[in-house]
Amino acid sequence: MPVNEEFKPTIVAFCCNWCSYAGADLSGTNRLQYPANVKIIRIPCSCRLNPMFVLRAFQRGADGVILCGCHPGDCHYTTGNYYARRRMTLLFSMLDFLGIERERTRVEWVSAAEGAKFAATMNDFSATIHKLGPNRRLEDLRCRKD
Amino acid sequence: MQRVGVFVCWCGSNIAATVDVEKVAEVLAKEPGVVFSTNYQYMCSQAGQEMIQESIAKYNLTGVVICSCSPRMHENTFRKTCEKAGLNPYMVEIANIREQCSWIHKDKETATEKAVILGRAAIAKVHLNAPLTSGTSPVKKRALVIGGGIAGIQTALDIADAGFDVDIVEKEPTIGGKMTQIDKTFPTLDCAACILTPKMVDAAQNEKIHIYSYSEVSSVKGFVGNFKVTIKKKARYVDETKCTGCGLCTEKCPQKKVPNAFNLGLDNRRAIYIPFAQAVPKVATIDADYCTMLKSGKCGVCSKVCTAGAIDYTQKDAFIEQEYGAIVVATGFNPIKLDQYDEFAYSQSPDVVTSLEFERLMNAAGPTGGTLLRPSDGQHPHTIVFVQCVGSRCDDSKGKPYCSKICCMYTAKHAMLCREKYPDTDVYVFYIDVRTPGKNFDEFYRRAVEEYGVHYVKGMVGKVVPENGKLKVQASDLIGNQQLHIDADMVVLAAAIEPDKSARPLATMLTASMDTNDFFTEAHPKLRPVESPTAGIFLSGACQGPKDIPETVAQASAAAAKVIGLLNKDHLVCNPCTAQPDELMCNGCSSCEKVCPYGAITYVDKEFRGPNRTTLLRRVAQVNPAVCQGCGACTVACPSGAMDLKGFSNKQIMAEVDAICR
Amino acid sequence: MQERLKQKATQLLENGTVDRILGWKAGEFFYDLTPAVFTTKEQIEKDFVFNVFAGANLSKYLIAESRKGGKVAAFIKPCDSYSFQQLLKEHRIWRDNVYVVGVQCDGMCDAAKLGDGVLSVKEEGENLIVDTLYGEKTVLKADAIADRCASCKSKKIVIFDELIGEQGEETENDRFGEIARLEAMSPEERFEFWRGELSRCIRCNACRNVCPACSCEKCVFDNANSGVRNKAAADSFEENMFHIIRAFHVTGRCTDCGECSRVCPQNIPLHLLNRKMIKDINELYGPYQAGADMDTKPPLTNFTVDDCEPSIVHERGGQ
Repeated sequence: MPVNEEFKPTIVAFCCNWCSYAGADLSGTNRLQYPANVKIIRIPCSCRLNPMFVLRAFQRGADGVILCGCHPGDCHYTTGNYYARRRMTLLFSMLDFLGIERERTRVEWVSAAEGAKFAATMNDFSATIHKLGPNRRLEDLRCRKD
Repeated sequence: MQRVGVFVCWCGSNIAATVDVEKVAEVLAKEPGVVFSTNYQYMCSQAGQEMIQESIAKYNLTGVVICSCSPRMHENTFRKTCEKAGLNPYMVEIANIREQCSWIHKDKETATEKAVILGRAAIAKVHLNAPLTSGTSPVKKRALVIGGGIAGIQTALDIADAGFDVDIVEKEPTIGGKMTQIDKTFPTLDCAACILTPKMVDAAQNEKIHIYSYSEVSSVKGFVGNFKVTIKKKARYVDETKCTGCGLCTEKCPQKKVPNAFNLGLDNRRAIYIPFAQAVPKVATIDADYCTMLKSGKCGVCSKVCTAGAIDYTQKDAFIEQEYGAIVVATGFNPIKLDQYDEFAYSQSPDVVTSLEFERLMNAAGPTGGTLLRPSDGQHPHTIVFVQCVGSRCDDSKGKPYCSKICCMYTAKHAMLCREKYPDTDVYVFYIDVRTPGKNFDEFYRRAVEEYGVHYVKGMVGKVVPENGKLKVQASDLIGNQQLHIDADMVVLAAAIEPDKSARPLATMLTASMDTNDFFTEAHPKLRPVESPTAGIFLSGACQGPKDIPETVAQASAAAAKVIGLLNKDHLVCNPCTAQPDELMCNGCSSCEKVCPYGAITYVDKEFRGPNRTTLLRRVAQVNPAVCQGCGACTVACPSGAMDLKGFSNKQIMAEVDAICR
Repeated sequence: MQERLKQKATQLLENGTVDRILGWKAGEFFYDLTPAVFTTKEQIEKDFVFNVFAGANLSKYLIAESRKGGKVAAFIKPCDSYSFQQLLKEHRIWRDNVYVVGVQCDGMCDAAKLGDGVLSVKEEGENLIVDTLYGEKTVLKADAIADRCASCKSKKIVIFDELIGEQGEETENDRFGEIARLEAMSPEERFEFWRGELSRCIRCNACRNVCPACSCEKCVFDNANSGVRNKAAADSFEENMFHIIRAFHVTGRCTDCGECSRVCPQNIPLHLLNRKMIKDINELYGPYQAGADMDTKPPLTNFTVDDCEPSIVHERGGQ
């Protein structure tokens, strides 16, 4: 197996359309940098994130998955992020219980005004994943890239 | 397989400087299904749009991917472009290679590589897109205004003026709201009743307006254009159609010891009452908490004196169902309770009053007939201290964090009126700042200080102690840097204002959002200030935030304009990205229904074909596409995966994941 | 007990209360009692069995049975009653078509605990008389009790039309001890533990098919549109995925009846995953027992504005 000279983690960021996707746009408008290995998928609301999508990302080679949504109380759909919060808490707890590194999953609330927070969050999450190394416990060997 | 066209935008140098747009177009051209791929300086320009339209025709494209700025910027532009070229607008996907790529990366190679991946994800998604058509729903051409204060009245008058029917639901026996209790209005000092009561009469006489007084909204169902509302008409024990408002009953009723709410308990009224002389509707109401007849069955005086035979002790709450296209919330405000502010001796001395109580004491129709007298001994006060910001701009838990906005101006008004009517009184106003942004407001305040000689002191009152018929006021003077001791005859507290208590349960019924202070949230704080985020719900007046009368009226008319705009339409176009259940897989378990914030999901029992020519009855979910806003909460709550979201389907999102992780 | 049940079943058929009885009959082996529907007195006389191996939870079968027309009587043990009520809450069972006979349960036995070569078992008071290839032996019932029954959550029958035996109470067993033991491990140890367990999965779907909560009209794993359709695990990821998704789908709905582990031919302790979710729900969102009543909102379709953040998983460490 080739030695991993330079590990470039793949990070999937699910962002709700109303707050966090706009926050990500704002960090772009403000030219705030974060690593290119963070790729954003736009979903209407954090409550659209099905745990199956998280697993799918890990299966296909993601090293970290992060969900960003409106701050609790600010959901465009009033209550979506409250459901997302419970679902992700329990999903993350289950993954942790199965021994998957708990740092690989994260939820952050980023408003449309928090471009700086978005960039900082992505920098921090990316650094964390970089430290953890490639996802081996929840990967599909058939999808491994190296 | 879709025939996909890829259009990579340079955005001048915004994208092209950090992303090798030519390479992106070239690489993406090799993706499956891509039959045409190009790049251009400004895709959103007229020429760019024409290029897209020509390519759609030339290459017979069934899907379009545009690698450009954020979809929040130009998704609609490009959808319209494609629609004009005969392509379903939902066959367009945007790869955001500006905000989320070129603008945040410096290295061209990295940015190019990322742009390619984002493009692939969009291509993967567009392969699974399906043409979506927006449904339409009819609009019921009738509006409901909840709250009959100046905000509600103005909104109703404006809507009626445009030719639509409007109902006003007011919880009190009369419309008019807080403004009826106010004496004079700033900054012109005209009498509140003189400008309000004609509007109340206009509302009552307008054929298009129906007033449900002494009524509440008890349930709201439905959605924009099609609300079904149940209005509870509380029993007032008086037949509105018969009562002539002569007021004889209110003079003969033997129960005289009822605190008069209209005068804020500063005097008493009878158990049967008309709140004030110009009430609309001018109909008596029996206060069931005090009426001897209703409580013990012995009395009946009002019934005997009523020549119209309007008294009906057996009246029950009535429920009326009505359909509306739009709902305006105009529930207004109240001063906060001052239980937590005992340092000002509000509960200890009747001579410490709130500003609203002070309005009643100055009002010709008030308990003192308009002569300012101390509530304790009926003497004329010689020294009056006004305290501002009582409970406003308060960072501890006992008050409100916000500025109540109206207090600076009405305190200046009170101070000025005192000095004008009674030049022998000394008037002090204690303030943190004096805030007077508004037309002619600062001039008004300066007149109070400069012409009327009101003593404005920057500093807060620390304590008020009632002693020998006086109120000992201890305060600090921040500018003079000294402590002040004033022997006052009256202290007037500018209590913070808060949303009416009925607002919170109402917001739940309307599924309209509120902030932590229970003010209704607007759809956008700057650009959509009179609409709630919930479609079809509009905001008028102080329910959205503290406001003075001119602002309230302006917002009321603005809300009316929005309502008129809505009611003018015969049909509403719905968001086509709605949830859609697969009936064959639906368990009927109600999980989706429980998480739907809009009540868009209902259940029906439906017959399905079973094995061996049998039929099976199953409970299955139905989504009302006119109500569904497309959040997707239901799709995850559904264990069987029967519920999916059009435009953001499970398969589409997974395809994006796959493309990104590839 | 078996005689009382048989008598009741016959009576319900004869007096016309119901036209079908859902109970148990002997399976291939003496210990694998199988759910069965009886329509005549004769069938009941001949085949109806109820003994310490009648572990099968009958509630799930009522989804189909209650829709067939007519009325069916079902014998429901305490655990089953929770599942039954949960299914009612989810509108899966048509209550009007079911007559519920609650049956007192003192715990079911695990045949594996009786040793090898067992031919038959007879109950005598607190003892089991076990006939084996090597002769007869007497085993204390308490020694052969199934693990899930040893940590029984409740002996209460939460819903019934009629009761046979005594109504019980919720018990104070520590069913979360095993979870706590796993939580105390390092992530590496936990990963190894679960790999060891889940790698044995042969995807026979027995856990899914027996689970009262896994009663979807069509399972996501059989549905091409779900994106996770999968018949057999081809990679360790797929072994994990099946059980993660299954556990997540029953989170807040699982009553902890333990059928998943009972039927697993590979003896994978699947109930631990569900129980972990129950423990989390209890700790994070307040005590909740699926199926205990008809009204309480399930935790995943409910929220409070000050729920904990998902970062609690990081903060509290191993738990």
